[in-house]
Amino acid sequence: MTWSRRHVLATDDWSRDEIELVLQQSEAMLEVLARPMRRTPALRGRTVVLFFAEASTRTRISFELAAKALSADTSIITASGSSIEKGETLFDTVRTLEALGADIVVMRHGAAGAPYFVAERVSSAVINAGDGWHAHPTQGLLDALTLRTSLGALEGKRIVIVGDVLHSRVARSDIHTLVPLGARITLSGPATLMPSAWRCGQLPAGVAFEEDVDRALDGADAVIALRLQRERMDAGLLPSLREYALTWGLSEVRVARMRPGAPVLHPGPMNEGIEIEAAVAHGPRSLIERQVTNGVAVRMALLHLLSTTPGAPAARGGGEADRREGKEVAA
Amino acid sequence: MILEEVRRIEADGTERTTSVRIGSDMSPNVDGRGLLVLPGLIDLHAHLREPGYEESETVATGARAALRGGFTTVCAMANTMPAIDSPGLVAELAARGRDARAARVLPVAAITRGREGKQLADLVELAAAGAVAFSDDGDPVDDARLFRSALEYAHAARRPVMEHVQDRALSGRGVMHEGAVSAALGLPGIPAAAEESAVARDIAIAKLTGARLHLQHVSTAGALELVRHAKADGISVTCEVTPHHLALTDEWVGGSRAFVWEPMRGASPPQTPQKVEDDPQTPRGVPYDSATKVNPPLRTAADVRALWRGLADGTVDAIATDHAPHASFRKDVEYAEAAFGISGIETALAVLLMAVDAGMGELGAVVRALTSGPARVLDMRGPDDLIVVDPALEWTVTAGALASKGKNTPLLGRRLRGKVIAAVVEGEVRYRDETAMQGRAGPPGRIKGAEAIARR
Ligand SMILES: [Zn+2]
Repeated sequence: MTWSRRHVLATDDWSRDEIELVLQQSEAMLEVLARPMRRTPALRGRTVVLFFAEASTRTRISFELAAKALSADTSIITASGSSIEKGETLFDTVRTLEALGADIVVMRHGAAGAPYFVAERVSSAVINAGDGWHAHPTQGLLDALTLRTSLGALEGKRIVIVGDVLHSRVARSDIHTLVPLGARITLSGPATLMPSAWRCGQLPAGVAFEEDVDRALDGADAVIALRLQRERMDAGLLPSLREYALTWGLSEVRVARMRPGAPVLHPGPMNEGIEIEAAVAHGPRSLIERQVTNGVAVRMALLHLLSTTPGAPAARGGGEADRREGKEVAA
Repeated sequence: MILEEVRRIEADGTERTTSVRIGSDMSPNVDGRGLLVLPGLIDLHAHLREPGYEESETVATGARAALRGGFTTVCAMANTMPAIDSPGLVAELAARGRDARAARVLPVAAITRGREGKQLADLVELAAAGAVAFSDDGDPVDDARLFRSALEYAHAARRPVMEHVQDRALSGRGVMHEGAVSAALGLPGIPAAAEESAVARDIAIAKLTGARLHLQHVSTAGALELVRHAKADGISVTCEVTPHHLALTDEWVGGSRAFVWEPMRGASPPQTPQKVEDDPQTPRGVPYDSATKVNPPLRTAADVRALWRGLADGTVDAIATDHAPHASFRKDVEYAEAAFGISGIETALAVLLMAVDAGMGELGAVVRALTSGPARVLDMRGPDDLIVVDPALEWTVTAGALASKGKNTPLLGRRLRGKVIAAVVEGEVRYRDETAMQGRAGPPGRIKGAEAIARR
């Protein structure tokens, strides 16, 4: 398996081999992170621009740590305190990015598809760090890594995703990543927070919908709880947060319906007491802290892989020496 | 010039092989075999953007684009700035249309003042000034009581009301058809029900008033079924469909560039992952191309097939382009932020001819829906205009190939088959594709002359 992608926009068209490659490299990066000197020179002299048009401290810091651990130079463009607030268009930002001459642009944006817009127009490699409701590929990959470490091979495993699937890029990327690895997904949540096509039987391959969360959890191998945004209630999609917590929230009683020891994941930040009880979030099944560490490793793996893409801009200046160095890192 | 042995199709869809005089010049006869002569097409629905949005289109550029697309008559929608809601503006629009000396421009006036949906415009006066119909297109008239009054007044003015059918509470902030593709792309959807509930309301009000109601850009199987029933009940309702709703599907938002009759490799993600290289025959575009953003949105293949059935059984009265040109800055933004609309008046006929070739429908039915059908909606006699079409001529849709200022079409880069090579309006040849015509000239001596003209 050789890596040939220029961008990481979504994993919806990735092969199983590509996903496996990233997971393998991520495991190697975890070893780097376990060393006392958490740093390798793989991306020395390269520039990674973190373009965060939508606030997200956690994902941004995770990418920043990943880039620094690979010795890349980083600069940050955020929505607040920049010209984006003053009505600068995405097109203007594209020009700025191009002028900065970044090797890799990591972008978070509120509009689905924005990374495609940017990738079409800049010479840098683009990593999607979350676009609207569409995709959050590094989250999907880190969830796959986390689940695989806990469950072993995902072939035939049944994973439940509970909550606001309609507005969730995490749910979509989890589907894009876990299904090719052989897992089956059961979606559960209120019908108002489910894409209507998926609720009415037009589901992606490997995915099922079960409105009753208790039935969805019966015998499941793992569960991923999604964050519930308060504004969904104001939009008339939910009667109340209390009712949501009662009907869909992950309580200790509920998670006990799964296989013994079946793990609980959450992309964070959590609303404890709404989509997940504190006792579950911090209990023995929780892999939520593990997800954070794995996130850095997955992002390191992707930043590194993009710098090895043959003929790609992110690989420019990077000769054989760099690539050998990279191999060493991953070995 | 006389075209010999040309296939001529009439506004009723009948056809024969005959000789047709094109214009009054004395150039020698031309071999017309393989060409089509059609009555000048009538477009019930186009946005010419003037006044107010001249960066997107003007009456002159729009009327020229129309002519190149074979439309010798074009109805200009009123959603300009200011809206066409006064007799002076109607007269001014008509005058600019005459000055352009391209397609005949028929003004459609707004239903409500400023298209604000609050107070009726002076419909009787607007009709007297030359408005051929009333429409707040771009927006529906949300207030059902006001819409009832509009129909009553339009009846008195002997003009149809053309309604943009959309329940805006249901469509919400949607930007594409709500279905499997919007679910995969994570874009807010516009459900078919947003159109169907509006069609049901409007039909009920048409029945109540007995006025002439014309439903614009009907796009779903369910909406068409409602129209079919209304017609069977004798309600005075007509409807139009657009060429893009007859050829493209919501898969185009996900990056497909296959017409509905072409095999599509891979449904949209994540159902079947596809590789771009898979099939060079059906090119793929990029997902989230704002050129695919249009209102009503591109629907499913099942809806497209239902529209063709409606065309065959007469439920659909007209094919109208909803030509919606936009300056690039309104489209070069995030999908959710981009303006709705496709620039389509120059590609419409080619796409329809290709659909007919692929067996989607009958040529006669398509010609009727582009000529006698719309004439009936406007209650006017079809003009004597003619167009000449080379149905075998292939061309590539590029920004430069379009006369319209709006280059916003998802067909950019696609190769189409079928091109208008001449258009006659009011007895005057107002458009002629010299390059295409010269290859047709009869005796060898004339070909040299034609080349000389082409070189000039
Ligand atoms: Zn409209």
